[in-house]
Amino acid sequence: MAQTSTIARGGGSSSAPARRRSHRPPRRSGAFPPRAIPYLLLLPGLLVIAALLLYPLYQMVDMSFHRVGLRQIRPNPQPAEFLGMGNYTQVFASDLFWISLRNTVVFAAVTVALTLLAGTLVGLLLHRLGKKMSTFLIVGIMAAWATPPTATAIIWKWLFDADAGVVNWALNLLPDGLATALLGRADWSGEPWLNSATTIYLVLIVAVVWASFPFIAVSVLAGLKSIPSELFEAARVDGASPFTIFRRVTFPLLKPVFSVLLVLSLIWDFKVFTQLYVLAGGTTNREAFNLSLWAYTEAFSAPPKMGFGAAIAVVLTVIMLLITAVYVRQIVRTEDVR
Amino acid sequence: MNPRTAKRLRRHGLNGTAVVVFLFAVFPVYWMVATAFKPNDEIFTTRFIPFPLAPTFDHVSRVLTKGVAGHSIWQYLLNSAIVALGTVLIGSLFALLAATAVARFRFRFRTSFLILLLIVQMVPAEALLIPLFLMVRRLGMYDQLLGLIVINVGFTLPFAIWMLRTFVAAVPKELEEAAAIDGATRFVTFWKVLFPLVAPGLVATSIFSFITAWNEFVFALTLISDQGRYTMPVALQFFTGQRSTDWGGIMAASTLMTIPVIAFFMLVQRRMVSGLVAGAVKG
Repeated sequence: MAQTSTIARGGGSSSAPARRRSHRPPRRSGAFPPRAIPYLLLLPGLLVIAALLLYPLYQMVDMSFHRVGLRQIRPNPQPAEFLGMGNYTQVFASDLFWISLRNTVVFAAVTVALTLLAGTLVGLLLHRLGKKMSTFLIVGIMAAWATPPTATAIIWKWLFDADAGVVNWALNLLPDGLATALLGRADWSGEPWLNSATTIYLVLIVAVVWASFPFIAVSVLAGLKSIPSELFEAARVDGASPFTIFRRVTFPLLKPVFSVLLVLSLIWDFKVFTQLYVLAGGTTNREAFNLSLWAYTEAFSAPPKMGFGAAIAVVLTVIMLLITAVYVRQIVRTEDVR
Repeated sequence: MNPRTAKRLRRHGLNGTAVVVFLFAVFPVYWMVATAFKPNDEIFTTRFIPFPLAPTFDHVSRVLTKGVAGHSIWQYLLNSAIVALGTVLIGSLFALLAATAVARFRFRFRTSFLILLLIVQMVPAEALLIPLFLMVRRLGMYDQLLGLIVINVGFTLPFAIWMLRTFVAAVPKELEEAAAIDGATRFVTFWKVLFPLVAPGLVATSIFSFITAWNEFVFALTLISDQGRYTMPVALQFFTGQRSTDWGGIMAASTLMTIPVIAFFMLVQRRMVSGLVAGAVKG
């Protein structure tokens, strides 16, 4: 690649390669039969996906039917004992299953709803703003989007700190009467947010919504820009209110965008791990488990119960696939995968 | 109220809302940086101190020299950079090949492959952690950064292919056909015609993979136990002691981890957005 290319980088279609090599026959085929080429190109990627995603998926299911503990993961492993549905009956009989399932589902439902709502509103706002203002806001929300999940969790842990946190300071600023009426108390000094499961999830919801609404906003904005502005104008001339315009024009046109955003948000929020791990302070607060954190804890804290952990992971995966199946079908239908 | 005043009022309302949203988005990041430069007596107080009154580099220099968990933050930044760059180098190559196959050729199983890409993205990485942990141990890659690179390639690849195929498809086929008529071999066509035109898309995809690998937490937590090989996200956990947290130190380290990512985001802002949306939404 020493010689410079004849094509300008990112150049237009006018700069087609013009170098003629008349001494060569046209349409020279390579060393491989043309029909094999796509398969050869796919091979490395397919191997990676098979080895790192599909085979572990199979192994996870297989492990969930076995007792896999210390003896099976030592250098000279003993064969794992087959348990049949044993791990699963144990999962469903456990109190922790219902706690984690409730935490997982409630968190995902609330967070997805809030993220989509906030993201859509900010997307609509970006669409209405002037050019300078909209760039300014995009740069701002980009900062929230770019912050790594571990840093996000740590920052919000700090903002919600019992003694030196900004949130408790701000809540103390509220007039006492108002604070009591709204939140049930006036004095928030030293309020520990990260001790009980309920408030841990409250902080988690705020942190995750903060980090994920920018993506929704920017995607909605991109969708809005693809709609011809005549449509909005026509609706406005006909006297439609902003809400009616959204419900009757914007939403129907952006429905494919919204369904993809909904699935992506569901996937991200259903399996949230990093932020929860940091906010809950590791694996000690069992009331705050969700399914991912519970599976992780069973499999990796002493004594390791990997088969049991795998069974929890299978349950999580099945729930996720069921929820997203409908939408995968929709994407397959609307996208050009054919 | 005449229509012009109404219009101006509406504009002020919109701009005001934009400023509020901006502050909500930026304040936590700002607070991280501000805390990193505050002396301890300004950090551990119930008062609200909007910016460092006596700015100090103590926390930054402490995490860079003394560090945490026995190593300087430089070591963890370096480990993270190795993992992220390794992931990008291997991942982009594989993604480019596969994306070219999907966008340029019609073949049997093409649709199946695309659907497979979608479905594997639905499988939670956290669920595959247990079998992958055992696999990595069996292959002797436990405690190795290489193990993390391989796993990050696996988890970034499906989305990278999905995103990149739209960039490949956007390059007019006629260019390659013209090159072929002019007698260029398939490889020359790929390297001299397609590659330069797809390069911007490849950069966007690479940055996406870089950020994913740079931020990755759960595998780094599980597959590395040697403290000298921790990546940044894992190292951050060690500022929290039994009794207290070194908030100045953890904010300084978080700032150092976040800066490269925000810089990357700003750098490819527009392309990143169009790429993500095109890849995720329009197809």
